[in-house]
Amino acid sequence: MSHVVIIGNGISGVTAARHIRKNSDYEITIISAETDHFWSRTALMYIYMGHMKFEHTKPYEDWFWKKNKINLVNDYVEKINTQEKSLELIKKGEFSYDQLILATGAKPNKFGWPGQDLKGVSGMVSYQDLRYIEKYTKGIERGVIVGGGLIGVELAEMLRSKDIDVTFLVREKKFWNNVLPHQDACIISNHIKEHHVDLRLGSELKEILPDENGRVKAVVTSEGDEIPCQFVGLTAGVQPNIDLAKASGIETGRGILVNEYLETSVKDVYSVGDCAERREPLPNRRPIEQVWYTGRMMGETVAQTITENKTAYRPGNWFNSAKFFDIEYQTYGWVWNQLKDNEKEFYWEHESGKKCMHFIFDRETKLFLGVNTFGIRLRHECFDKWLTEKRDIFHVLENLRKANFDPEFFNRHEQQIAEAFNKQYPDNTIKLKGKKSLLEAIFG
Amino acid sequence: MKAIKTTGLVLFIIGFGIFIGSFFIESYVVTENLLQNRVGDKAELVKRNSDVVGKTFSNSFSLVRDLDEAFNAVNKVQLDAFGITDKEVNKIAVQNEGSFEISSLDQVFDDSETGTYKKKTFRDYGGWLDGREFGSKEEMQQQIANVANNIKLYQIVNEKGFDKYKVKDLKYSLTKASSTGLVSGSPGLFLFLTYIVCIVGALLYILPKIKDAPPGIKNNGLFHKAMTSVGWLGILTGTFLILFYIILYFYPEYMTSWIITVDPVSQFLKGSDAGRFFLYGFIYTLCILVMGVRMIIKYRHSKYQMVRTMSVMFFQTAFAFLIPEILLKLNQPYFDFKNIWPLDYDFFFDNELNTLMANGGLGIFMLGWGIALIILGVPVFVYFFGKRWYCSWVCGCGGLAETLGDPYRQLSDKSVKAWKIERWMIHAVLAFAVVMTGGVLYTYWTGSSQILGVSSYDVRSVYGAWIGAGFAGVVGTGFYPIMGNRVWCRFGCPLAAYLGLVQRFKSRFRITTNGGQCISCGNCSTYCEMGIDVRWYAQRGQNIVRSSCVGCGVCSSVCPRGVLNLEVKDEEGRFGKPILLGNDGVKLQS
Repeated sequence: MSHVVIIGNGISGVTAARHIRKNSDYEITIISAETDHFWSRTALMYIYMGHMKFEHTKPYEDWFWKKNKINLVNDYVEKINTQEKSLELIKKGEFSYDQLILATGAKPNKFGWPGQDLKGVSGMVSYQDLRYIEKYTKGIERGVIVGGGLIGVELAEMLRSKDIDVTFLVREKKFWNNVLPHQDACIISNHIKEHHVDLRLGSELKEILPDENGRVKAVVTSEGDEIPCQFVGLTAGVQPNIDLAKASGIETGRGILVNEYLETSVKDVYSVGDCAERREPLPNRRPIEQVWYTGRMMGETVAQTITENKTAYRPGNWFNSAKFFDIEYQTYGWVWNQLKDNEKEFYWEHESGKKCMHFIFDRETKLFLGVNTFGIRLRHECFDKWLTEKRDIFHVLENLRKANFDPEFFNRHEQQIAEAFNKQYPDNTIKLKGKKSLLEAIFG
Repeated sequence: MKAIKTTGLVLFIIGFGIFIGSFFIESYVVTENLLQNRVGDKAELVKRNSDVVGKTFSNSFSLVRDLDEAFNAVNKVQLDAFGITDKEVNKIAVQNEGSFEISSLDQVFDDSETGTYKKKTFRDYGGWLDGREFGSKEEMQQQIANVANNIKLYQIVNEKGFDKYKVKDLKYSLTKASSTGLVSGSPGLFLFLTYIVCIVGALLYILPKIKDAPPGIKNNGLFHKAMTSVGWLGILTGTFLILFYIILYFYPEYMTSWIITVDPVSQFLKGSDAGRFFLYGFIYTLCILVMGVRMIIKYRHSKYQMVRTMSVMFFQTAFAFLIPEILLKLNQPYFDFKNIWPLDYDFFFDNELNTLMANGGLGIFMLGWGIALIILGVPVFVYFFGKRWYCSWVCGCGGLAETLGDPYRQLSDKSVKAWKIERWMIHAVLAFAVVMTGGVLYTYWTGSSQILGVSSYDVRSVYGAWIGAGFAGVVGTGFYPIMGNRVWCRFGCPLAAYLGLVQRFKSRFRITTNGGQCISCGNCSTYCEMGIDVRWYAQRGQNIVRSSCVGCGVCSSVCPRGVLNLEVKDEEGRFGKPILLGNDGVKLQS
């Protein structure tokens, strides 16, 4: 019987284990030095804010693993001997495998800033990071967050939940402007300020200054401002954990290099999740995709290959989601921060400044390419179907009512959106399909 | 802002302190007049056998203790005087050889008042012994002793003394009427100092939260606070609630000053003094209203939550509290139009049925209405809307859980083990309620109280004490801060079980998950008051169709990625296969 060993118990590794178990009776072992059991990293912020306890973030109860005969080993892998197909673990010593999955994840980027390893400086990825942040933000006055991405805004919300002042250094002109179009980024930037975050756009970290105990006492920005603080969060993206693979003779680039079957350069060694780098990226996609959903899908895929159903990693239409303080964000298809030459846009914003939808379509063919939605929930199923069926923008807007996923009684905006579109594109007016909701009919 | 909140908190604590204090500050004097008024010609006996009359008691505990002693003393004296003694039992036995002759009593008892009474009662209770043959003398003596004992237990205590029901009643009414002091002197003042001060304080604490932060989910620190994470404050609150319910249901004689405080309200509403359940209804309604305001502010980003909360506030205030009291004022039967059997477990009790039938058209309408809700209302509405139409929009228990209980929703147990226990327990209670009601109706129609050797009266009183009071009240609410706000609804409520069966098998309602957007964060499961592991379904892209779901919609509210939605639509596809969107390479069920 084949023994599959998975290094890393994040979403990719665990999904792989679950699907291997579904398809086979192979022996399965998951090794992690982070936690005994799988927990949802995405909920890290909620533990800090007291919305949940660590226990609540475990997607499966502790008995699940034994029942499904998945061995959990809390240990750290020091080296892989790909020749003998064995691992060297710190506590357990030598440990053999037949097939190996590297799901080692990623770690925060550090760009060589002076003082980046001081006490009170932390990224936010692991369970250990969480405990570290809890320890070093207790009772402090101000934290500085460096890097305006999804993790950065989560960290800002975390600190604000404890009434800690936050200065947020963002390199771009608007928050997450390297991903979001200008209008969308403005909405989020304003909302971040509404939560009393000192948002400094176009500003970078130059240096972190220590106090006499080696703890952070201030940061210096690229403009030369010195901002006193007791904690610094480094959230300028993450980089794959490749040290183990590299030291073991597995080919690496920025990440662990894999082909379309998620196979590394060494036979019977696979890599999935945040640490994997595609040798030939899929169209429109980055070689390293560090998103929960792609990690899960890679886990699903590699499990097929390992259980003798060789399957290429072929993610479907792009989708993603996030929450910026109180504003939810979903995206389906491709919406770039700058319009491409063949693209046109239709942007609608609600008068509250907290809801908007941003549609992208082809200039010539009017083919629907993607949507960003803020403050209004949209149905994944609808957009996935429309993208697959290559529908045009008119079809999407006419059927927008169907795609609404907001709870009952919520204000509906399809009518306004349709009117706005017709005003902007009077040559191609659309007519909204579907029935008005009862409330809409009564209150207009 | 902070100052206003602090003022509010201080006011609330002061009001609550006065409320607790008022429990202890009254003194009690049972006057001769009062005693005469309440116990009639037995007053003399009480006076003769105790010194309770005219004495000043500094607290209700010592008064109740002395009243107990007084009634016991009277009973003892009466039993001694009118009970057939062991000696007399012997004598009767000696008079009879082989077979028992009732006429032998004349040889034992004289024609004095007590002799005549003993003879009469023995004839009533032991008449069936007449002419009966006994194998041995011991056997006959045993039977005679039994008769004598039954007379003591069932006749003398009842007729000449005070039986346990009477004692319970008198303890309460004498305590309330004999209460003197600040509270009974000026109940209006105490009404102000407790309720008004508490309400104002609570609102001052709650309302500024609008300015705290923009609308959105703010469960900050719930698992760090002693009140909401089973810390000392939560346990203290739970203990208070448990004690409150035990006193309310089983020892109302100690809470008379609280009842006196709301007499003015009761007078205003229905023109008579308050009873314990008026007090309970009053506090209950206030809790739902004040904490409802909190709920609305907390979830003000969600119209679903706002509308739903206003609905429970309305149904509690109008249907559960005001209308029944107004009906009483109009000399109509007390009736809660939104309460449904088997939650309303005494709906089919003989006294209830008799009251309704004796009240003409309106009474008959009420009876028909109640039955229509059971056989039509529940299945039809659950089919179209899910059981939420009742449990989280209308029901009083649900109303309290969704308002007063909201800060504790995260404490429910999400384990599969808890789910197993839940299914056994709630359906067992439903079965118990059905059997109990069946027995009660059998007795109502046939007049016979014995079914298979069990008295239907015993069954219903066991149900009332253990399920109606113990489970629904003491455990159901008392354990809010320990096991979450839906302990009763989840593990005990027979109506929830019935609604749930319909919801599980025949309804358009389900919670849909949004494609592949779940990130397994666990907010939905954590904040599910019914302990449903919502994430289990969401992360595999499966609809949530569970009998226990009360449709509060909080899973959808707390979801950071817009994954969950309460929907009613065609039944087809309701039990859809778990499918996660996103991966074109692998078309599989997860």
